Amino acid sequence: MKMNSRQNNPSDRTPKHEYGPDGKPQIDLSSGKYTKVWQGPNHPGVTGNMSLELTLCGDEIVDAKTHVGYLHRGFEKLFERRLYMQVMPTCLRMCVPESDTNEYCFAEAVEELSGIEAPEKARWLRMLVLEMSRLQMLLRVVPGQGGAFGLGIGVQWGMYVRELVLDLFEELTGGRVYHMYMLPGGVRGDLPEGFRERALKVMEEVYRFAERIDNVMFNNSVFKKRAIHTGYIDPAWIDRFGIVGPNARAAGYRRDVRKDHPYLLYDQLEWEVPVLEHSDVYTRARIRWMDMQVTADLIGQILEKMPEKGSFKTPTPNALNWRIPLGETYVKAEASRGEYGYYVVSDGSPYPRRITLRGPSYTHAIALLEKMLIGADVADVGGIMVSLQTCPPEIER
Amino acid sequence: MPISKEIESRFGVTEVKEQRSNLTWISLPPQQVIPLITHLRDHEGFTHFALLTAVDWIEQEVFQLTYILTNPTQKADLGLRTRISRENASMESAHHLWEQAATYQRELKEMYGIDFPGSPRVDEEFFLEGWDDIPPMRREFDSKKFSEETYFPRPGSKGYDPREYMKQKLYSEDYEDEQQTK
Repeated sequence: MKMNSRQNNPSDRTPKHEYGPDGKPQIDLSSGKYTKVWQGPNHPGVTGNMSLELTLCGDEIVDAKTHVGYLHRGFEKLFERRLYMQVMPTCLRMCVPESDTNEYCFAEAVEELSGIEAPEKARWLRMLVLEMSRLQMLLRVVPGQGGAFGLGIGVQWGMYVRELVLDLFEELTGGRVYHMYMLPGGVRGDLPEGFRERALKVMEEVYRFAERIDNVMFNNSVFKKRAIHTGYIDPAWIDRFGIVGPNARAAGYRRDVRKDHPYLLYDQLEWEVPVLEHSDVYTRARIRWMDMQVTADLIGQILEKMPEKGSFKTPTPNALNWRIPLGETYVKAEASRGEYGYYVVSDGSPYPRRITLRGPSYTHAIALLEKMLIGADVADVGGIMVSLQTCPPEIER
Repeated sequence: MPISKEIESRFGVTEVKEQRSNLTWISLPPQQVIPLITHLRDHEGFTHFALLTAVDWIEQEVFQLTYILTNPTQKADLGLRTRISRENASMESAHHLWEQAATYQRELKEMYGIDFPGSPRVDEEFFLEGWDDIPPMRREFDSKKFSEETYFPRPGSKGYDPREYMKQKLYSEDYEDEQQTK
């Protein structure tokens, strides 16, 4: 395998190109020195429906542009013509693999604007679903980092355990991917009988998987060779590029909405937010691996502390004539990728005036990725994208 | 309150509303927005730029621009709201303060037609390709009409008015009574 000279010697930053006054390399495609390559939208090394326009000099990337627009569904426009309750089944499709954060943020925003409070039991159940959602996402992403570098075995194992979590979702909500479980006012149902015991058994499976993936992926010399020193994020970029979640935590910044702006009942749970420092692909994968175990632990705590009985839904007005008072709010939650927020504006009519989503990928996959790819090896593009955990559906809502 | 009275008066803040303990909305004139967010970033700890978006208040002929900043130390969010005219809508760019601001501004240019002179790639296509209609997120853009004119009807497909359909399915007794009265 051909290695990138920079991986062997990270301090090798010798300029090989002529740079213009804007600091960007002067690229003359007719010189024969550069090649333009598109990675995506249909490419195994791209995380979803987006593409990268790469300009290469040999194997080195000298310019990168992210292109989106392959999945634009106009959700935010549709919302302006939907009743609040009709927004529910649509909004969760804004992020396909982790839909529950959408449900939570929207439901919470509507409750806040209309002065309704979900009962305590509903808040515990919401927290359970959010953590299960994070867990199933991490079970895809953690081994997926190995998959991006050709280590496929962990992906198969991860998918098996993820299926067990999806079984729990099906039992609790009736759906495997889209759940539509959290409605304004509460949730749709209580825990089924015996759910706690079954969920705890699945968590044991998660811990076993974490141990195996540690041996197979994180101690794999080829994976380490590919992932260490690759895709470095300078800690000085964290605020400059709006980097959040695990990508910020792998650079030494302790950013977690659950701790910084506690919502639901997270202040009643005990856990340490994982923070590491090397800020490369390996460290980001490691942070997610730690997150996965923290999440399994939180699910155990939630199941233990959740009250047995209690109402799970506050009555809400007739959905057809539900007028939310004039106002606006911004509700955010910690998705597996970082800060995820909904900005909701009501004009007092039964239809929302504006609903917009702030997704972590909006900054990670565009401004940050375009910056990070400069100087990277073309073979590492897939691995770097996966390490940022980009999710294109939340970019083009 | 995340900002002091002195800053409020210095930057011409016209309204302050505490939404909840960790979120405050403030309103101010458009020419004061960039000076204030620069001050907040450099001196008040609001280092995280979370969101920039627009709301179309077509009845009042204005666009509302909302900037949401976070102070990671104080654990507080601050929403800045300003209003600009819908006619030749233009606003000073914030791309020099945060790199990702350019992406938000590019989206607002395409979706609302709000210009941010000097913002990188602000005129490049973002979500849309070959779009020559009015910016689609403006309230006057009729997505139903556009869809009927652009896409041919598929035989066999049946559309429903969402409100009527929901009423029929969820509140069938009320719906039948209403139909009989008609």
